[in-house]
Amino acid sequence: MPATADSTLPTQAPPGGAFVCAARRGWLLAALAVAALVLVPVVVTFSAFLDIEGEVLVHLAEFVLPDLLVNTFWLVLGVGLGVSVLGVSLAWITAMCEFPGRRLFDWALLLPLALPAYVTAFVAIGLLDFTGPLQTWLRENWNLTGLPEIRSRGGVILVMSLALYPYVYLIAKNAFATQGAIALEAAQSLGLSRWQGFFRVALPMARPWIAAGLMLALMETLADFGTMAVFNYDTFTTAIYKAWYSLFSLPAAAQLASILILLVLVAVVFEQRSRAQMRYGTIGRSAATRRIRLTPPLAALALLYAGTVLAVAFVIPVTQLALWTREVIATDLDARYWEFAWHSLLLAGMGAAGVVAVALLLAYAGRQRPGPAMIWTQRVATLGYAFPGAVLAVGLFIPVAALDNWLIGIGENWFGFDGTEILKGTLLVMLLAYLVRFLAVGFGPVDSGLHRITRSIDEGARSLGTGTGELLARVHLPMLRASLFTAATLAFVDIMKEMPITLMTRPFGWDTLAVRVFEMTSEGEWTRAALPSLAIVVAGIIPIILLTRRGTHTHG
Amino acid sequence: MAELVLDSVSQAYARRQVITDLTFTLAEGAIGCLLGPSGCGKTTALRCIAGFEPIQSGSIRIGGETVSRPGWMLPAEKRRIGMVFQDYALFPHLTVAGNVGFGLRGISRTAREARIGELLDLVGLGGQAQHHPHQLSGGQQQRVALARALAPRPRLILMDEPFSNLDVELRERLSLEVRDILRREATTALIVTHDQHEAFALADWVGVMHEGRIQQWDTPYNLYHEPTNRFVADFVGQGALLPGEVINDHQVEIELGVLDGHIPVDCGTGGCEACVRHCTVDVLLRPDDIIHDDDSLLLAEVENKAFRGADFLYTLRLPSGQRALSLVPSHHDHAIGEKIGIRLAADHVVAFPRS
Repeated sequence: MPATADSTLPTQAPPGGAFVCAARRGWLLAALAVAALVLVPVVVTFSAFLDIEGEVLVHLAEFVLPDLLVNTFWLVLGVGLGVSVLGVSLAWITAMCEFPGRRLFDWALLLPLALPAYVTAFVAIGLLDFTGPLQTWLRENWNLTGLPEIRSRGGVILVMSLALYPYVYLIAKNAFATQGAIALEAAQSLGLSRWQGFFRVALPMARPWIAAGLMLALMETLADFGTMAVFNYDTFTTAIYKAWYSLFSLPAAAQLASILILLVLVAVVFEQRSRAQMRYGTIGRSAATRRIRLTPPLAALALLYAGTVLAVAFVIPVTQLALWTREVIATDLDARYWEFAWHSLLLAGMGAAGVVAVALLLAYAGRQRPGPAMIWTQRVATLGYAFPGAVLAVGLFIPVAALDNWLIGIGENWFGFDGTEILKGTLLVMLLAYLVRFLAVGFGPVDSGLHRITRSIDEGARSLGTGTGELLARVHLPMLRASLFTAATLAFVDIMKEMPITLMTRPFGWDTLAVRVFEMTSEGEWTRAALPSLAIVVAGIIPIILLTRRGTHTHG
Repeated sequence: MAELVLDSVSQAYARRQVITDLTFTLAEGAIGCLLGPSGCGKTTALRCIAGFEPIQSGSIRIGGETVSRPGWMLPAEKRRIGMVFQDYALFPHLTVAGNVGFGLRGISRTAREARIGELLDLVGLGGQAQHHPHQLSGGQQQRVALARALAPRPRLILMDEPFSNLDVELRERLSLEVRDILRREATTALIVTHDQHEAFALADWVGVMHEGRIQQWDTPYNLYHEPTNRFVADFVGQGALLPGEVINDHQVEIELGVLDGHIPVDCGTGGCEACVRHCTVDVLLRPDDIIHDDDSLLLAEVENKAFRGADFLYTLRLPSGQRALSLVPSHHDHAIGEKIGIRLAADHVVAFPRS
């Protein structure tokens, strides 16, 4: 080993440098590959415009698009208003006020997250329809008719608002709880009452948070397929589905999908901007919140309000599901049901494993090769959560089908292969779509878990003689166990609830619980949709428990 | 254990020079310390020695083996250097025993357990072996970090601001404890700190760093009493600089009288006494160089005072308007504005050329 330094070449690159550089580039390339997977559906759907089939486009523009745009406009406006009012008001009374039952409502108001909107939707119709129990009872006992029709624009907006307000509620509650206290005390010391303080200080300060929650809710609204199908309310997702199955027109589906992506991207831009503002909006550490003790009449009002929302959005639908389930359990809990359940578990398990593996890769890449390029790559790679499942189904099916045709061509020429599909009949498209859509869900916990492992932990391990592989096995993976578990659970449950991707890309014979719900509800068989729905709801409660526990646990 | 040698080491991040021409030798078994304000490059120096940063010139040798030179560095995991981090960097998923035993490899189970037990006894945590780091106090975590670094018998221990996360009282007690532990393990150690009390309590040798360079590498006693430049004089200990005039090659006159001793400033006299008379210097006076004496005819006005328990630290305003510090036993309680008698009691001269 040469002991003297060559001081004439002070900036000479280390001999190991080429390897180090290659490894760093490798991490970036891996992350770019993940980001590319997200961009594929965007590029594919937009390129449908390159190959314009005149008739299809004219048909779309003349008969389909105007209705879709009007429907979507009212839907976004109505749901946006609904979730904002419900979410912010409920967040304010649970975060800043004191009334009997507040502790219960604090977490119970998140429970509607466990109910997919399509479940709330068919329960609402089953209950409130002309032939439903409420109207029948009113007619028979009171001779009352003329209740507003639930299968209407108002009905869709109501159901979606009840299903999606928790997005705004959760994030606004955190905003009020963490930043409200000190700023409100400052406002009070400047002579504002606490109610004035709400409108002049707390609400404006929480605006970025509320906007971020609102945008998430609107993305879900634009992505929703199941509810729209139950209500027969035509939006882009249902139109894509129809173009796919009824018209058998991939270009039409792709063109519709590309318009939907544009709408979604507007929401994404607003959401990302709000998140950027959230970083600057935090004020110091929050003092222990002194809640406003509501006077008895106000407390009763708060209790009534929160209680009604919880009842309508969660308790009544779940009760109804349970009642319906009791009716049909004897006949419906058969081998076929267990097959649906098994398929759901299997797909969700495979999907979650893929999500966690890729999330770990992406987060690890960010740690190994930090920098602006990596941050942008990670941001793009985790944008898939905004893409509606119907869009992903189309945008990933087209390239896989093309790849398939190419492979078949090779197979025919070289190996005498005479099938019609190689990849199309597999789970590939579906699993890729799950991966794109739910990568962000898994990336969040994994990345924050990895950030908790400080640089000095790595260096400490290295100075104790630990090489790279050993570092991963003995330090990183054990420290990340809890984060990986959270990521897998969240992805698992989201995939179980997912409807359009599964519906549109499943290979023959791969029916799941969600597919069963769709089939039963599209025939108006509400009672028979209850059993698979209940299973989905039970699974959906798990992440809410994780979500509410996250604030309290200490390490790991 | 091994000798640590840094030979004109330089390091730069993206064209900004962080450390320049760093040279010092830490003898086997000695405890050294890099002392300096934040941003002076001391932590970077430590990270270069640990093998986390490359160097651009010079060389680092441990026990005669070159571990870093421009364009090449021995990986950190092969250096056999123990490191104690500012945030301790304990592994939260392992117990105290698991942490301490982490770097022990290639030895039998019983030898491993014996070594863990030995170290936990050494740092006084024998009863906490099965606890997890988050169940320990800051001081206990600190000691686990030290035991973990010592366990594989490293050639050298590096500590980065080891006590900065602890409260003052614990800091003093623990720094004496750590010194004992390092002595008992006979480990060569290099500590980085911005706290001179810590440095003085722990180290045999201290290097004062400023703007990436070592200003003086010396014993704590010499750093305090014979600083070689203004930065060291100012950074280490308290004191005031008073203008003085060199009378001859062993006397300098200041407002408070004449100081005898070797004049460390080259006035370029060449033996010519007449030339010397016009050489003006700044003379460093520590607070213990000026004592309070009621009988002295030399009076100074108390401008400020700080009660420190056993004594007062008076800021005095001399007749010429110059300020000086004096440490006075606390039963001499004088009001601000009062004139008190003082006397010079310095036994040697520290002076710098007039700037």
